[in-house]
Amino acid sequence: MSFSTMLSTMIPGMFRTCAIFFLTLLFALPLGLVVMLLRKSRFPVISGITKVFIAIMRGTPLMLQLLVWYFSPYYLFRLSISGYRFTAILLGFSLNYAAYFAEIYRAGIEAIPVGQYEAAQVLGYSKFQTFFKIILPQVIKTILPAITNEVITLVKDTSLAFSLAYSEVFSIAKQISSSQTSFTPFLIAGVFYFVANYLVAYAMERLEQAFKYYD
Amino acid sequence: MGKESNLSETVFQMDNIRKSFGENNVLKDISVSVNKGEVVSIIGPSGSGKSTLLRCATFLETIDAGEIRYRDITAVTTTDGKAVYRSSADLQKAQRRFGLVFQQFNLFPHFSVLKNVMDAPVSVKKQSKEAAQAKAMELLRKMGLEDKADAYPGQLSGGQQQRVAIARALAMEPEILFFDEPTSALDPELTGEVLKVIRLLAEEKMTMVIVTHEMPFARMVSNRVVFMDGGVIVEEGDPEDVFGNPQQERTKQFLRNYQQ
Ligand SMILES: Nc1ncnc2c1ncn2[C@@H]1O[C@H](COP(=O)(O)OP(=O)(O)OP(=O)(O)O)[C@@H](O)[C@H]1O
Ligand SMILES: [Mg+2]
Repeated sequence: MSFSTMLSTMIPGMFRTCAIFFLTLLFALPLGLVVMLLRKSRFPVISGITKVFIAIMRGTPLMLQLLVWYFSPYYLFRLSISGYRFTAILLGFSLNYAAYFAEIYRAGIEAIPVGQYEAAQVLGYSKFQTFFKIILPQVIKTILPAITNEVITLVKDTSLAFSLAYSEVFSIAKQISSSQTSFTPFLIAGVFYFVANYLVAYAMERLEQAFKYYD
Repeated sequence: MGKESNLSETVFQMDNIRKSFGENNVLKDISVSVNKGEVVSIIGPSGSGKSTLLRCATFLETIDAGEIRYRDITAVTTTDGKAVYRSSADLQKAQRRFGLVFQQFNLFPHFSVLKNVMDAPVSVKKQSKEAAQAKAMELLRKMGLEDKADAYPGQLSGGQQQRVAIARALAMEPEILFFDEPTSALDPELTGEVLKVIRLLAEEKMTMVIVTHEMPFARMVSNRVVFMDGGVIVEEGDPEDVFGNPQQERTKQFLRNYQQ
């Protein structure tokens, strides 16, 4: 198999990897906000359950979580899981990353001095205005570096989808490598991940710069 | 008749305020009223409850019992010994009546100086941007900061930040302005510039309540001085009397410690 054949066989996998990456961010970033709000709930039952959820998401391997999401409908309810693969992957990734994002948001919000809320209250800002005009912009600035770390980890974590035999770039590389007894597919995959991470780091850097107008 | 005209002069009144944090009774039946155009200084040792008093007056803390009124708007009353706050609409109306300047300035760091001053008039009072900006620039000029309009708070000295905070509070056109140790977070050489603008406001007959440890300033700028200790008002009156000829032993002792 020539290099260009290998490459063109792997390109659909690259798109699937990108799909996991972007869809996970699309779901996990807002879902993290919801998880954070539940975690900070006044009701101990809700915040307690959320705490356990976060602990499990962060305390067990993502690969294991993916297997559980994929196979449990069958093992628990004897439901057919054909055609369910990609959904299970998104479910696993989104919930896992939402837990991490929730903790980042929480740390960011708790870092805002209480004086900001008090100044806003005395000036008559509504709770809604206070959160979106005063608090959130400051939170985003402080959490961007931590978000960058997670996003870069996510690029590499997408390869875990191979555990559900989903043909993203890493799975395909593995297949071609064993059928062709060649190391080249792994090199291609490596370059792909590296370039993807480089782009992500660059984009996040630009975003962080955009928030550097004040300090 | 006499009573009525007197009432209309009273901009702010709190009666029989009680406030405790757990077992700690911080305010024990305190009453303060402030007339239009009056400057009242509150002095007293650390922990005597001065900040708590201002925080209760500005709804940052809730009182346990007592009554708070801003001219014709009653914010809190007491039934069966327990404080009852009015509806949030009433509290909002009362909130428009006062401003608060914090020890730590609490400017919004992501807003420019100009936006810090004009945003609340636009977002809260729904003033037009043009009107709010013109008013904000006028206030910044008054504070000697017109050249800092585009700067961010982090680029300013503490004294400049506090003057922006004063402008921000004034932009909402409060009837009464509370200050909680406005110069305590400042280096001594920056204290003067903040006290100067407060004195300017006093000359313009702005109604103010100032918690301060700057005794000479309190003596010079205020019409009335309130000495608090242990959650009660120990002595209150004309600054010349309280500073020059204190009646209570605790006041004498406090002022003696200060002179050293
Ligand atoms: N949020 C709070 N929770 C518990 N206790 C509090 C709280 N705020 C104030 N206190 C207590 O109330 C008492 C009065 O505090 P306050 O800050 O009003 O004093 P102060 O007169 O402003 O003192 P200072 O001159 O140091 O600013 C203190 O004993 C303080 O520990
Ligand atoms: Mg204080």
